[in-house]
Amino acid sequence: MKPFLSIENLTQRFPDGQGGTMTVFENANFRVEKGEFVCILGHSGCGKSTIMNILAGLAEPTSGVVKMDGFEVSGPSLDRGVVFQNYSLLPWLSTLKNVTFAVKARFPDWSREKVHDHAVKYLDMVGLSGDVIHRKPSQLSGGMRQRVSIARAFANHPKLLLLDEPFGALDALTRGTIQDELLKIWSGTEQTVFMITHDIDEAILLADRILLMTNGPFARVAESVEITIPRPRVRTEIIEHPNFYAIRNHLVHFLGTRSRELAGQQGGERPNRPETVRIDKTDPADDPAEGAPVLRAVNH
Amino acid sequence: MVLSLNQRAAILSLALLVVGLLVWEFSIPAQKAATELTEYERLMGLGQERAGVPPPSQVFEKAWEQLSKPFYDAGPNDKGIGIQIGYSIYRVLTGYALAAAIAIPLGFLIGMSPVAYKALNPFIQVLRPISPLAWMPLALFVIQDSEASAIFVIFICSIWPMLLNTAFGVAGVRADWVNVARTHELGSLRTAFTVILPAAAPTIVTGMRISIGIAWLVIVAAEMLVGGTGIGYYVWNEWNNLDLTSVIFSILMIGVVGMILDAAFGVLQRAVAYVE
Ligand SMILES: Nc1ncnc2c1ncn2[C@@H]1O[C@H](COP(=O)(O)OP(=O)(O)OP(=O)(O)O)[C@@H](O)[C@H]1O
Ligand SMILES: [Mg+2]
Repeated sequence: MKPFLSIENLTQRFPDGQGGTMTVFENANFRVEKGEFVCILGHSGCGKSTIMNILAGLAEPTSGVVKMDGFEVSGPSLDRGVVFQNYSLLPWLSTLKNVTFAVKARFPDWSREKVHDHAVKYLDMVGLSGDVIHRKPSQLSGGMRQRVSIARAFANHPKLLLLDEPFGALDALTRGTIQDELLKIWSGTEQTVFMITHDIDEAILLADRILLMTNGPFARVAESVEITIPRPRVRTEIIEHPNFYAIRNHLVHFLGTRSRELAGQQGGERPNRPETVRIDKTDPADDPAEGAPVLRAVNH
Repeated sequence: MVLSLNQRAAILSLALLVVGLLVWEFSIPAQKAATELTEYERLMGLGQERAGVPPPSQVFEKAWEQLSKPFYDAGPNDKGIGIQIGYSIYRVLTGYALAAAIAIPLGFLIGMSPVAYKALNPFIQVLRPISPLAWMPLALFVIQDSEASAIFVIFICSIWPMLLNTAFGVAGVRADWVNVARTHELGSLRTAFTVILPAAAPTIVTGMRISIGIAWLVIVAAEMLVGGTGIGYYVWNEWNNLDLTSVIFSILMIGVVGMILDAAFGVLQRAVAYVE
């Protein structure tokens, strides 16, 4: 079966400001299946937002293609909803209008009331209701703005939801609620989610698979770690699952040391594919004789 | 009792006005009004220094007289102040509206397209610093109509601030907001109206406000040149009549109308303002 989203030989270079070029990543290849929830982890500046912008169709890569449903992505589309890292709300519109703006674009033949009710429903879902929705973004807190931006993207039911650190400005409690909402929305649909985060626990809670990026320049999507914890996952319970700490330690170790060690390796023309990593302590096929940590790397 | 800042400022303004008027009133010695001079004295320029500036009391009297019947019309050289101001405002608004109708769409184009900006910039840079009155002879020659020439002069002087501010505002719209429009698949027309226009509106309206101010400055000079009607012509006519009271009164009226025009754009500016 063809993958839903396929990233092929993606290379991005920027002028480095001194007359030369800086390669953010080179020949990156990875795939995302339909309905999958994928998180990408990596240090600041490694190129996560750059990948996201290319997936959204907002930026052109230096070379390489992104295919969705078999078709090459060229330019943005309503099928790919984006929650931007800096919220990108329109400051002259009220909170509600920011959402209805999007809903109207997505469902042009809906009546005014239907658009309004739909927008209100999604704002309510992220905990914004009452007077607040008539305020301008400048009158909201950072976390509230972020939630408006989330509501705007969710309300449009895109096939692919691209989230750039969507919960970064939220307190732990609100973050938990909205994570649950995201899971609810995602599990009830065919939606595919691609999410950037800096929070390892959040990634484990939400993702089917975590892509790990090495430091830039010449960053690589080095590993694809399967989250072998069954759903539905409950925040308080997953830590007791035998795989939780094994996976978590693997991720921490990667971000702590290996992302640096693996950095800067120039692959040249060779396509870079992430190694699939499957850590499953409950799987009897894992031979304990090999010793802990039970870690198995399989090349594509 | 503690007064608010505004109240204190109002009291100070009022005090300055009263003191200023009193100083003006009493620094002018009792004099024969210019109208009471004999023809001989007037021709010889006698009494000129003394008949120079009327006291404010006379100006008030004149203002009362003029404002109580602003729209009378007794022939080409004797029309009420309301009619004269009406002519001026009509010319300003016509020339200004034509300028806006061209400057704002063209400014949009220049702001959106670096090529258009580069191509048109040399023309703008050469045409912009030309005093609008320098166009007058050419306008009179080509258009052959003094009324239309005055409107043309207003057009040419108010187009530049609107054009440049629109281009600047449109070019400066944050890429993030344009990206929001793009991810929602808005067409270029809808993007222009629902994202770029509101985003650039504060800058555009600032340009419009500067333009209306300049247009009102220029109309007075233009009407002095073309004559016939308008507040500029009125000032010049009263000066020829040596009626300084009317001259001062009309100067004040020019100021008041200019202030009202500016205030109208101030309201518009507040309406389109937003905080990022
Ligand atoms: N338009 C641009 N021009 C030049 N360099 C750029 C541009 N956009 C991004 N970069 C560079 O590309 C690299 C990756 O940037 P990117 O924004 O993708 O990082 P990121 O992984 O999202 O980081 P963070 O976690 O801090 O958001 C950075 O070194 C950045 O300086
Ligand atoms: Mg980023």
